[in-house]
Amino acid sequence: MATYLQQLLNGVTLGSLYALIAIGYTMVYGILRLINFAHGDVVMWAGYWVFFLVVLFRLPWWLGALCAVVLTALMGVTIERVAYRPLREAPRISLLITAIGVSFLLENLIIVLPWAGGRQKSYPTPGLMTQIYTVGSVRVQGVTIWVPLIAAACLLGLIFLVYRTKVGRAMRAIATDIETTALMGADINRVISYTFLVGSALAAVGGILWGCRYPRLQWDLGIMPGWRAFTAAVIGGIGNIVGAMLGGFLLGLAEILIVAFLPGLSGFRDAFIFAILIFFLLFRPTGILGKPMKEKV
Amino acid sequence: MRRALAIILALGAGVLVWAQEPIKIGGLLEFTGACAAYGQMARDAIEFARAVGLVPKEVLGRPIELVYFDARTDPVESANGATRLIQVEKVVAIIGTMCSGVFLGAAEIVQAAGVPLIGPTTTNPLTTQVGDYCFRACFKDDDQGPVAAELARNYFKANTAAVVIDVAQAYCVGLGKYFIEAFEALGGKVVATLYCRSGDVDYTAQLTEIQRVNPDIIYTPNYYTEVALMARQARDLGLTQPILGADGLFAPELIEIGGAAVEGIHFTTFWHPAQATGIGLRYAEEYKKYFGREADAFGALAVDSYLLIVDAIQRAGSADPAAIKEALQTADLEVVTGRTIMTPEGNPVKDFYFLKVENGEFVYATMIPAARAAEIKALMGK
Repeated sequence: MATYLQQLLNGVTLGSLYALIAIGYTMVYGILRLINFAHGDVVMWAGYWVFFLVVLFRLPWWLGALCAVVLTALMGVTIERVAYRPLREAPRISLLITAIGVSFLLENLIIVLPWAGGRQKSYPTPGLMTQIYTVGSVRVQGVTIWVPLIAAACLLGLIFLVYRTKVGRAMRAIATDIETTALMGADINRVISYTFLVGSALAAVGGILWGCRYPRLQWDLGIMPGWRAFTAAVIGGIGNIVGAMLGGFLLGLAEILIVAFLPGLSGFRDAFIFAILIFFLLFRPTGILGKPMKEKV
Repeated sequence: MRRALAIILALGAGVLVWAQEPIKIGGLLEFTGACAAYGQMARDAIEFARAVGLVPKEVLGRPIELVYFDARTDPVESANGATRLIQVEKVVAIIGTMCSGVFLGAAEIVQAAGVPLIGPTTTNPLTTQVGDYCFRACFKDDDQGPVAAELARNYFKANTAAVVIDVAQAYCVGLGKYFIEAFEALGGKVVATLYCRSGDVDYTAQLTEIQRVNPDIIYTPNYYTEVALMARQARDLGLTQPILGADGLFAPELIEIGGAAVEGIHFTTFWHPAQATGIGLRYAEEYKKYFGREADAFGALAVDSYLLIVDAIQRAGSADPAAIKEALQTADLEVVTGRTIMTPEGNPVKDFYFLKVENGEFVYATMIPAARAAEIKALMGK
């Protein structure tokens, strides 16, 4: 029994991390219909920002993390401004390929930077996150408790932003019909920049917490979480923020529970995860919460 | 007339160039990816050994030039690298790669092109089976796995073991299999075999399962990249069993990332400076002076590979790749990690060293001679 409770907690922690990253995918998709492949690498960069600021510049951890969120958010905005905006009128495939290019750029930048490089770095973790709490025979790390709380707070903040503010209304309007919204006088570029700002800031929170849970930095660290979060966004219904959160939790739990119930099949974990993605794409492409959308001609 | 003149000129130029033309040796190493630490240690060690004059920088009166290529811990990149080194750079032999799976990417290509490839630390038995141009400078996993089982049974007195294998690495899969066979041949019982993949970061599910079956020891023949995180999560979950690993753990990142969680981890390796003799001792001392840190086994074996190639060129009296291959097959040389006698199959016979992590450092634990590995393998055959 304790074993299953432990596994459940393991799953919730992983799921919250996926959820935070999945939101960024889903927001950008909802507005630009773009799968932002560089999103996972933005997550990775957030971890490296913390490393640069805390280890190299010796900032206190909380300040380093805060600056990392700001820097990562600005990075997301810059990527959109430099790489995606000039291609907004281009065929969607160009945008997709550009996103892949940005992803490679961000990864290789880490490899060539003298302070980072191809070898792994140890991520600085504050004691609050690594503290172990024991309840009966179940042991949880501080991060296990903090991650779902922070993720929930971020989600509430985001829902407020999207449904209760002017920028949020503009975001929703653009998601529905970008041309008409522009004709109504909304500043499309500014709203899209906001979207990248918020999406990347959440990715940064995800990346920073990811580091606390798995304190190892490497240039390719964002790839697998990126794919998993993308899968989570599809399961939840891509474009739907609550769906992304839900998808993240489900995926994290699925990943842990398959090993818990079928330990002999633990080598097939990734295959299992991506089989879920294919299943959803085939039988319910709009995901759990997504609304069926008419193809625009 | 003009054509004849042109030929004479061309020949003359050829001879002139020949006189100073360097002999090129390829360094197909992992500078990025999962094995980045090993590839970088290998390059550092070769460059250091050349810089301080521990190894010859010329042979047959021609300078030796090294051309490096990043294999990126990716078999596809290593295949590309081998092709480039052979066709564009015209190397006569290649040192690399550090990882068996990456080696297999290049093996078919060097075999077809007829250029010897010597893996400093490619321990998977398959690597030298590709063909006669494939060599290694280290021991094989079908000996390393059984030796680890011997340590688990007779040093740790373990009756039950759990094994966690990285299914994405030929190296880990092979070692895991040999360990399980040997551990059971020695009278132990493997109570759980679990799997993960390179790049995985979450091992809590596997570890919680191990906690349930509660073995005496955990064997995890994976790379430091995975084991550092796994050890942390194991200790966080309250697992106290000793962890036993393989040569893939000998990198400073294991301790940097693993911290207190990797204290007490034991693993098999090729060499340790504390046990060095001869050129190895000089290497260890100079290395410490040069880099300010202890020499590692990966760099030592990369320098060994360099020495083996230079010796082969010397004995062959030619820089022809086929002649180098012939000479390598009969190598018997005192190198950094001790005397290396190559077999025609490309597999040298070596002893096994065990290191452990103590107070944040790698220290020598014990050794098992090559002969004992052969005895255990005989038991497994029964």
